[in-house]
Amino acid sequence: MVSAYLDHAATTPMRPEAIDAMLPFLDVRFANPSGGHRMARDARRAIDDARDEIAALLGAHPREVVFTSGGTESDNLAVFGAARTGAPALTAAHGPVVCSAVEHHAVLDPVESLGGLTVAVDATGRIDLDDLARVLEGAAARAAAGEAAGVRLVSVMAANNEVGTIQPLAEVAELVRRLAPDAVLHTDAVQAFCWTDVAGLTAGADLVSLSAHKFGGPKGVGVLVVRDGVTVTPRQLGGGQERGLRSGTQDVAGIVAAAVAARLTAAGRPVEVERAAKQRDRLLDGLLASVPGLIETGAVPGEAGPDRRGRVAGTAHVCIEDVESEALLFMLERDELYASAASSCSSGAMQSSHVLAAMGVAPELRAGSLRLSLGWTTTDAEIDHALAVVPAAVERLRAGGL
Amino acid sequence: MQVLVAMSGGVDSSVAAALLAEEGHEVVGVTLKLWGGDSDSGCCSVSDVDDARRVADGLGVEHLVFNFGDDFTTHVVGPYVADHAAGLTPNPCIECNRHLKFDRLLKRASVLGFDAVATGHHARIEPVGPDGALRVVRGVDGAKDQSYVIHMLTGDQLARVLLPIGGMTKDEVRARATELGLRTADKPDSQDVCFISHRGGGREAFLGSRIPLRPGRLVDTSGTHLGEVDAVELVTVGQRRGLGVAIDGEPRYALSVDVADATVVVGAADELLVDGEALAGVVWADDAARAQAIGAVDVTAQVSAHGEPVAVTEVVAHDDGTVVVRWAEPQRRVAAGQSVVLYAGDAVLGGGTVTR
Repeated sequence: MVSAYLDHAATTPMRPEAIDAMLPFLDVRFANPSGGHRMARDARRAIDDARDEIAALLGAHPREVVFTSGGTESDNLAVFGAARTGAPALTAAHGPVVCSAVEHHAVLDPVESLGGLTVAVDATGRIDLDDLARVLEGAAARAAAGEAAGVRLVSVMAANNEVGTIQPLAEVAELVRRLAPDAVLHTDAVQAFCWTDVAGLTAGADLVSLSAHKFGGPKGVGVLVVRDGVTVTPRQLGGGQERGLRSGTQDVAGIVAAAVAARLTAAGRPVEVERAAKQRDRLLDGLLASVPGLIETGAVPGEAGPDRRGRVAGTAHVCIEDVESEALLFMLERDELYASAASSCSSGAMQSSHVLAAMGVAPELRAGSLRLSLGWTTTDAEIDHALAVVPAAVERLRAGGL
Repeated sequence: MQVLVAMSGGVDSSVAAALLAEEGHEVVGVTLKLWGGDSDSGCCSVSDVDDARRVADGLGVEHLVFNFGDDFTTHVVGPYVADHAAGLTPNPCIECNRHLKFDRLLKRASVLGFDAVATGHHARIEPVGPDGALRVVRGVDGAKDQSYVIHMLTGDQLARVLLPIGGMTKDEVRARATELGLRTADKPDSQDVCFISHRGGGREAFLGSRIPLRPGRLVDTSGTHLGEVDAVELVTVGQRRGLGVAIDGEPRYALSVDVADATVVVGAADELLVDGEALAGVVWADDAARAQAIGAVDVTAQVSAHGEPVAVTEVVAHDDGTVVVRWAEPQRRVAAGQSVVLYAGDAVLGGGTVTR
């Protein structure tokens, strides 16, 4: 049977070149990069080459690139590290932290744990810039009145992991610089790197998070760009690796592989985006035509059908009336289509989506959400398979009354 | 058959899954996420899901997690809290079986193409009714029998539910689990209400954070004031402990609870005795079971999860749906909100909830 893996936003297969690149570092070039001898220097050089490569792709200086264990660690280091600058714990002297309501939990939960503020999004998932301005002006007024310190951190993602909406980061940066000049601006670009020129999109940000396994690198490797002059307090102390911002022996093999995957992704991006966008459009248009009661989540109406330019090319998100995601995904799995609904918790249970709720999607529609996400290996045959099995599965579920 | 096995992460459902897989059925395990987040205590915690998944892995069967948290809140936790606020004594396990395991899960299983849902309950389903009609029958291990909590299964559901361990004793189940090398073999039995954690302060803290708990007056049947209780919502009819009243060395029991008036009437053990109970929301296995119960020949009743059978002399169904059960000998009053289940021998005929 044909199978289709359409869950690339969860993770995408490693690039074979990246696998090849990492193997020597598991084997003969295994040394600890922090050591002083020649073998150690060899490992160190490999990390620094990788750092140069990734820095160039992100429009950063190599000394601004910090390797971490993944997107979640990068996001936590950014939020807690910027919020707690100079003090072990957040105090009243620190200003509030702010993020959009559709951030990944790796940003949202740290921000909420610091008593932070969230900014509304519109029905397409795009941040409401007026609301951002209101939040920043309110905080500035309280700071001017001496009631609180100014905003410490603003975090707005580059592209949403569930629905793929690209955020207007240049406008966000302009607002933050104008209304909260002392704030640090962080961007979680984990879902954006495959599909957008992250260097350009995040040029105004002080801190930028990436995760290697989303673009064909290995799991367990992340990047946090920390621009010169931005102070981040480390969360993890020890050997002082990564300029003291992230102690712990680096995953040399993973870092080397991440750089290879990043290079290939960036080099192939114009072609890949065009291909994926075509496949995504065929998928969405086909589903819209063949499944009654299927809605493209947060669609922007255009002159000739939905305008999807505001979304990353790889994400197709729909909500289906009178269908429950868990049941649908099981049916799809039996037909060898692997996809997801919203985010999953550690038990594997589905959770209701805070992203869809923030976009104002009705609860009964949210219950039937389906994310089909494309990646560098996606073939037309996989799209055909999805177009064949999704309508059939929905029909069977509806016939059964679920 | 394609069977969806509800796996809680405990030993009973682990063995149930193992037996079905051994018999050659196409088994898929599922753990229901009903309540709570990452807490590691109480039901459907991450470690229970892990146990279920690892047992399924060991058996070579797929394992799913269904999040039925919304229905659990609507049909189990919400009514549990509301019942306490109204001075009733609910049985949330029965409501969970009624609304979650044998309704939503059964429906979903059927839509997904499964022939049956299996659980690890200690009970059996056998063709012991007239013309071989299926009935829930007590499990072989009398001390562990759970027919009472699954009494609401009716004709159509009975045909689609499997109870693989109902013919085994608990010791046999554990021995089987050990023999199969299941990691859940020595796991303790679950206790009490699954969504209330002892570490979190138990029932009082759980209810206290959801409804106001108000002090109440203890009075005797003539209205004489005898003392106070901290929370009238936590008093159950028939309760003795915690009331702190005894007269002439004789213990006193809660005879009735009036939440609106914040009053608990207490009395001696013999004042608790009643001739029967009125039930609402009665569910019969099928029409024949109803007729058999109304006939009241050799019918017994069970009034608590592990209570002894009580002889019944009369069962009267009223037009308003209420069913009145009359005892052969006076019995202690059953708290309103508790279930009374009627049996013919070991077979469940039906059951309902005690009204005030």
